[in-house]
Amino acid sequence: MIRLTVNGKTHEIDVEPDTPLLWAIREQVGLTGTKYGCGVAVCGACTVHMDGVPVRSCGIPVSAAAGKKITTIEGLAANGRLNKVQQAWFENDVPQCGYCQSGMIMAVTALLQKTPKPTDAQIDEAITNICRCGTYQQVREAIHTAARHKERR
Amino acid sequence: MSNAPRISRRSFIVTSAAVGGGLVIGINPFGGTSVVRAADDTPEIGAWVVIRPDDTVVIRIARSEMGQGTLTGLAQMVAEELECDWKKVTWEYPTPGQSVARKRVWGDFGTVGSRGIRMSHDYVRKGGAAARIMLVQAAADAWKAPASECSAASSVITHKPSGRKTTYGKVAEAAAKLEVPKDVPLKDPKDWKVIGKPLKRLDTIDKLTGKQVYGADLKLPGMLNASIRDCPVFGGKVKSFDAAKAERMPGVKKVVRVGESAIAVVADTWWRAKTALDAVQIEWDGGENAKVSSASIADILKAGLSAEHAFVHNQKGDARAAIAGAAKKLEAVYAYPFQNHATMEPMNATARYTAERCEVWCPTQNGEGALATTAAASGLPIDKCEVYKLHLGGGFGRRGAIHDYVRQAVLIAKEMPGTPVKLLWTREEDMLHGMYHPVMQAKLTGALDAGGNLTALQIRLSGQSILAAVFPGALDKGKDPLAFQGFWPGGEHSLEYSIPNLTVDHAMRNTHVPPGFWRGVNINQNAIFLECFMDELAHAAGQDALEFRRKLMADHPKSLAVLNAVAAKGGWGKKAPPGRYRGLAHFRAFGSYVAALAEISVKDGNKIKIHKIVAATDTGYAVNPAQIERQIAGSFVYGLSALFNQECTIKDGGMQQTNFHDYDSMRIAQMPRVESIIMPSGGFWGGVGEPTICVAAPAVLNAYFAATGKRIRSFPLKNHDIVMV
Repeated sequence: MIRLTVNGKTHEIDVEPDTPLLWAIREQVGLTGTKYGCGVAVCGACTVHMDGVPVRSCGIPVSAAAGKKITTIEGLAANGRLNKVQQAWFENDVPQCGYCQSGMIMAVTALLQKTPKPTDAQIDEAITNICRCGTYQQVREAIHTAARHKERR
Repeated sequence: MSNAPRISRRSFIVTSAAVGGGLVIGINPFGGTSVVRAADDTPEIGAWVVIRPDDTVVIRIARSEMGQGTLTGLAQMVAEELECDWKKVTWEYPTPGQSVARKRVWGDFGTVGSRGIRMSHDYVRKGGAAARIMLVQAAADAWKAPASECSAASSVITHKPSGRKTTYGKVAEAAAKLEVPKDVPLKDPKDWKVIGKPLKRLDTIDKLTGKQVYGADLKLPGMLNASIRDCPVFGGKVKSFDAAKAERMPGVKKVVRVGESAIAVVADTWWRAKTALDAVQIEWDGGENAKVSSASIADILKAGLSAEHAFVHNQKGDARAAIAGAAKKLEAVYAYPFQNHATMEPMNATARYTAERCEVWCPTQNGEGALATTAAASGLPIDKCEVYKLHLGGGFGRRGAIHDYVRQAVLIAKEMPGTPVKLLWTREEDMLHGMYHPVMQAKLTGALDAGGNLTALQIRLSGQSILAAVFPGALDKGKDPLAFQGFWPGGEHSLEYSIPNLTVDHAMRNTHVPPGFWRGVNINQNAIFLECFMDELAHAAGQDALEFRRKLMADHPKSLAVLNAVAAKGGWGKKAPPGRYRGLAHFRAFGSYVAALAEISVKDGNKIKIHKIVAATDTGYAVNPAQIERQIAGSFVYGLSALFNQECTIKDGGMQQTNFHDYDSMRIAQMPRVESIIMPSGGFWGGVGEPTICVAAPAVLNAYFAATGKRIRSFPLKNHDIVMV
């Protein structure tokens, strides 16, 4: 049994300890907003926060996440209100197919927590998620939109 | 913060439509019968519209949404004629099984060839208009007034003489009983209020919160999960396998052979299935194909460049004679590689089979195609099968023509009757078993007269035909017309230069690699071939690349207009900022006219920074300019990723690239600013999703030549140590 805290809720899960955190989140916890894209921590679709730090959950064994605070895309909205990154995404109509956007939003949320007003260069350095639809232009605009907003929840 | 959206009732509507609440029979795992009423028993008003008592307007969408925005555009077209309140619009997918049962009342489900809107604009608008007429008639009947005295706007019907009003929701039940009118008139485009508006997409909210259910995310009661490995050599077989170890691993339910060529493990969770599959010892028999390599294929294509026989698709005058007698002759050979679609969501499908019925849930660009595959793989008649479409995590052509992943899911489900099984490919499986952008080489020969005018052009293509592999019935006496996209004598893929002596032909050289329709299909290589060679010719003629082209475009005013537009906005002919260089390209494809100007700088001869792209498109009518703009910007990501980084190479009969580490894709740091010019000239319907992709590469390549004096004629650029920074 591994004790996993996801979005403030603790789950006792029965799974092989080397199972990637991604698959424990998707299959044992049952939250499928975190996506499988590559399985080798390259594409970023599986990005979640572990103790506030963005990590690629496909490359982390669930045993290493035990006792840590995990936040997934499902944990960003609170009290029925989107977080400011999600709101900026809505305002800028960012997603196309949307599959990579959970990871993108998680990465950007973490960036803005550390760097509230990122420059384009800081965005380029921090955001390395792959989007095959090519939403980058809207992503960049939406990051700047979010940076102008206050978190109001 | 202004306009901060709460997770509103409206988004709930979108949610419920997407996840099944609003679907006709939707994602109901226990459903089965063909139902013409919506899930909440609301009757439809004609096949395209359902109006609920609360005035919610549900618009049926037959094509598939995969990010390109067709869902929103199609809804706008129905809404335009329906005169409904856009804020009350939601959507649902009718199922392919219902379509078959109702004599294809929703037309074509295929979402390929940039056809979603341009091939259904007429009947979906008529669907909206017919529903409006029925609703107005129902109100008039209730008021015992002639319908001609009533009008509709924003879901409200008004009886003009008396001022009485009612809403669509109130008269929907009565309207549904009326006969659906035929031959309904449509609005003049100048009166459009919804078409042409840059409206937000209808399917965004759930993509921001993790609620959007893609095929890979589906959960059904009692569902098991499968992972699969197909023979790495295309056309090869499983020789033998040992599953003893895998069968003892946690969660494993069954190890099954899938057809002749694949092994799958079914387990309680996907991760356990995948882990156990890694433990299955499989011996493959690659057969003759195991001898094939990229080099052996390239040799065959190279021979095709000078082969005697080739299929001719566009011929004028006598190109051979004109070239022989020319003042100046120029020749160049280009080569384009195999490429994988690499959709972010790997291939997947969920199937449940019983002896009486087979159901499939899957991302697909063609629900009817998925249904046909379900029937074939299950061995059941088509009316005993059903497909439930889910949002696609990218399509790009991979999930349109061949539903190999559906076939596999059904074959696995047949081994476990009654149990739904979700098959999800690993990224590695997805890379090794694509439907690849075909390989093509081209030899181009041009003739210039003493005045530097292009008097003759020969284009010899040599390479793989998609149609020959995918739809052989669509070949024209053996010839693949699609191989010539952008070179046609007329029609939606026409050559946009008037050249007095011309021959374009194709030496078809098919390989054992399965080809597929890859966003843009054959325009990707054809636009590079033509537009880079035009640049070479202009340079050889000592002329400006824009002026050289313009002289050949007098009879092609729409292409000239988009080319002029990017030249003007991009500052062609004016001094570029220090260290910046520009390149141009234009093309006609999928009925639209597109052009691009790239502005780049080059460091150390091999580090390309793309600073700016100006892209123009004339799609005839522009249904949603905001979404078109996004498709244009995205086209440069897909096209430039391909140009710089993407190639699938063959060793021992199989693909070598296995994941994004060796099949890289552009990141935000490399994204240039894309300035779109959407210039619909009216009178025709052109495609959006694909045309622009083809001008990305040649515009950048021509700018690279301007910067360095080097022509690159084989791809991707990483093979020349050229990188995008």
